[in-house]
This record gives sequence, C-alpha cells and structure tokens, in this order.
Amino acid sequence: MTGKAAPRLSVSPIACDGRGLCAQMLPELITLDDWGYPIIAAGPVPGRLLADARLTVGACPKLALRLGQQ
Amino acid sequence: MRGTDSRPRQSALALAQPPSRLPRLLPAGFATGPCGLADHLARYGPPPATDENGPRPERLIEEVGRAGLTGRGGASFPTARKLAAVAAGPDPVVVANGTEGEPASAKDKVLLARSPHLVLDGVVLAARMVGARRAVLVAHPSVREIVDDAVAERALARFDRVRITVVTAADRFVAGEASAVVAWVEHGVPAPTPRPPHLSQRGLAGAPTLVQNVETLAHLALIARYGAAWFRSAGTPHEPGSMLVTILGAVREPGVREIAIGMPVGEVLELAGGPSAPPQALLLGGYFGTWARADTAASRPFSAAGLAGLGAGPGAGLIAVLPADSCGLRETARVVRYLADESAGQCGPCVFGLDAIAGQVERIAGGVTAGLGPLSRWLSQVDGRGGCSHPDGAVRLVRSALEAFGEERELHARGWCSGTRTVLPVPPRRAR
Repeated sequence: MTGKAAPRLSVSPIACDGRGLCAQMLPELITLDDWGYPIIAAGPVPGRLLADARLTVGACPKLALRLGQQ
Repeated sequence: MRGTDSRPRQSALALAQPPSRLPRLLPAGFATGPCGLADHLARYGPPPATDENGPRPERLIEEVGRAGLTGRGGASFPTARKLAAVAAGPDPVVVANGTEGEPASAKDKVLLARSPHLVLDGVVLAARMVGARRAVLVAHPSVREIVDDAVAERALARFDRVRITVVTAADRFVAGEASAVVAWVEHGVPAPTPRPPHLSQRGLAGAPTLVQNVETLAHLALIARYGAAWFRSAGTPHEPGSMLVTILGAVREPGVREIAIGMPVGEVLELAGGPSAPPQALLLGGYFGTWARADTAASRPFSAAGLAGLGAGPGAGLIAVLPADSCGLRETARVVRYLADESAGQCGPCVFGLDAIAGQVERIAGGVTAGLGPLSRWLSQVDGRGGCSHPDGAVRLVRSALEAFGEERELHARGWCSGTRTVLPVPPRRAR
C-alpha cells in the first residue's frame, strides 16, 4: 500500500440509517452529528487504523460504510 | 414545408440565417403560443441530417466542445464531455429534463411552451451524437400538452428517426436532479439514487443515459446548425453563449428573458422593466442560491466568474428582487421550510438537519430568539452530507441570509421587522 493509494472511508448517506455502530468501533475517525448520523474525518485512513477500519466497514448493518480509493 | 417531408437539406443549410442578435431560443417580439414546425423551420432552417448524409456524430460532439456549451440546469457541466462519455457506451438513451421543480423558475416551461421544436431538434441531435435510438422528454405538467402536440406534428411529418416518449414530470423540488429524473421515468419515484456509477454508465434501465436540461438541448440544436464560432459570438470567452433567466419579485415586468452571459445584473433587471420598488437584496441563482446586497450586485456580470466574488453563481438563471419593505429573514425562513419539506427523505442529515435548521431560522425570523443558537453547528453538520446537493443548497441560502440580513436580525432582536409583504413564491405545505 503506497502513500498515494491510501484508502479513504466514505458513507453512502442514502443507505445509512444512523445505527451508530461505526462511531463506537472507530471513534478516532468517525463521530456522530446531532441526529446520530456518522461524520467521517477528512483524509486517508492512517496505516495504524487500517485493520480497525476494515472491521468497522464489515460491521455496518446497512452496508453503508465503504473503504476505497477515491 | 407543411406536413410532408420536403427537405432539400444540404442545400437549405446555406439559406439558414443564424440569428445575429438575441433572443436566440425564444421567439422574437410578442408572439404568443408555441412556434409550430413550419415557422420553426422558416426561422432557423432545417437541422443537419441525422443519418449517414449528415455530419458524423464525433464531428458534432467536437463542435459542441468548441462552442464551450455547459449545462443550463444549474450545474454548468461541460456538455461535450457528457456526450462523449455516453457515446462510449452500448445502446444509450437520451433524457431531456424539463422538470423545473424550482417554484420560482419558469425558463424551462417558457422555452417548452414557446419553442418546443428547438428543444426537440436538440433531443434528436443529441441522440445522433451519442448513438441513441430512443429518447424521453420529461415535461412540467403545465406544458405537457404543448410538447405532445409538437411531438405529434413531427411524427406526422416523419421528421425524426428517433422515438421520443413524453413523460409528465413529478411535482417535487428534488425531482429535477438528474438521477431523480431517471428514477421517476423508470420507477415513478422522484428521488435521487446512489452514485457512482455515473448515469452516463448506468442510468435508465441500466443503459448509458444522457440527462440534459431542455435549454441545453435547445442551444445544442443551434450549435449543430450554425457552429461553435456563432455560438461564441455572445457571452464571455470563458462562459460563451446566451442563457435564459427568470426575473421575479419587485420588478415592473417579471418573466423570462434571454441574456448574453456576463450581462451586468443591473441591466438584466432593466430587461424586466427595472425595479418596481427600492431594492434591498437580490436572490441569485435560485432557492439553492445566494442573497446579495442589491447595491453591490448591480454592477457584477451575471456569470459564474462575475458572481463568484459575492459567493454566488448564475445557478439555473434566477434573479429575485427583494424590495426594501420585505423581510429577508422571513423570506428565507419560508423558502428553507419549503426545502426541508421537499427533502426526498432518504438521508438522515437532510431529513433531520434541514428540519432543525428551518425551525431555528423560523424562530429568528419570528423574533422568538435573537441568537443563532446551534444554527452554525447545524449548518456545517449538514453541508455536503446528502446523497444529492439538496441539503448543500439550503445551507448556502441560510448562510448568505445571515450575512446579508444582519441589520434585519438586530431589528428582530428588538421586536421589529421591516417586512410588510412577501415576494418569493412558495407552494402551500403538503398534507403529511
């Protein structure tokens, strides 16, 4: 994984239901707005959090969270 | 040229006199009613042939690119790039977007009501450029019959090689968003759908889909006839061509006019008879737009570059004049409540955030509270967090209102309000 292709987290707002699991699992990068919907920190996911990020993506009950290059 | 196919096309092309002045799209003078096919061809000449006798599709797309045509639905995306992307896919389809869900805007309705054949020429030529065999025109309910008549007139004259279906647009604000138009035609649900994939890759029934605003298609029909150099003879080098604008509020003759892009805002207002009362502020772009002080905006060119300094843009070509005896806060509160109600209801930050923002703006406008409270935090929490740009537009409008109507906020804090009348049209609230 080169620095150029560092993956980023994103959420599909249409799919997201605001269950809030992601913010509990990855508070370093995900906070909740006043209505309980996730706000993703800007920028690529740091290497030390990559494993946690993958776990969080897999745990989203609505499959709304993504980890990808963009 | 009545009813039958009497087109000596190649030779007639030389006879076509391109309009040297504005208006290009709308009938000149005070014509009423839609322009029929015969009058349309007499004014513009026949469009280039869309079979092997006509210009190659790639040539036409290049010409649109050289013209610098951009989307006139509000997003200003380069049309040639969209055309090329859709042309690259298999069995594409063209969707002409005449939804115009914005209650204050009338330019697409007026264009379809006055010059339906120019839009249909554009539909057929765009289909030729991307290699589409079918096209859908989504028309606002108020002009559906006019469009039907025009399509029937062409079918009778066996004028086109493309099958055009007309669909009545959904009566919702978000229904005009490109993916919502496609979802409406396909499923009858006027709500934006998740992107990517781009509509140019997977749109209507999975086919590569070109969604273009009807005004964009009308310009395209003229570029195919008269070329890029003619198109660029109006407008600015970076934003060439003309555009339709809707002028409303405190002007003597509100309505739709056609301007060269870059015309100073004050001159645009003169086209509508000038202000009918001392102007206080202007709403630029639409309900997703920006409030600007009337005195600072008047000298600015009506173009993306000219309005950028005000944090504004031409949007879908709307200018609303707020007179001195109206309250900008109350106008904004009415519009933001409308926008909150018009959320497609799919994304949490839009559903809950816009409702909360509208509530706080209503409290400020109604003199219930003088402070912003959590408003600033809510505005940044909602900005950019929807599946479409609906919440972003509402946020832009509120932010610009807080900046433009600071004095009014102080008045409200002391129990006063300068408003005696409202000017922005907002439909009645729907039963829930």
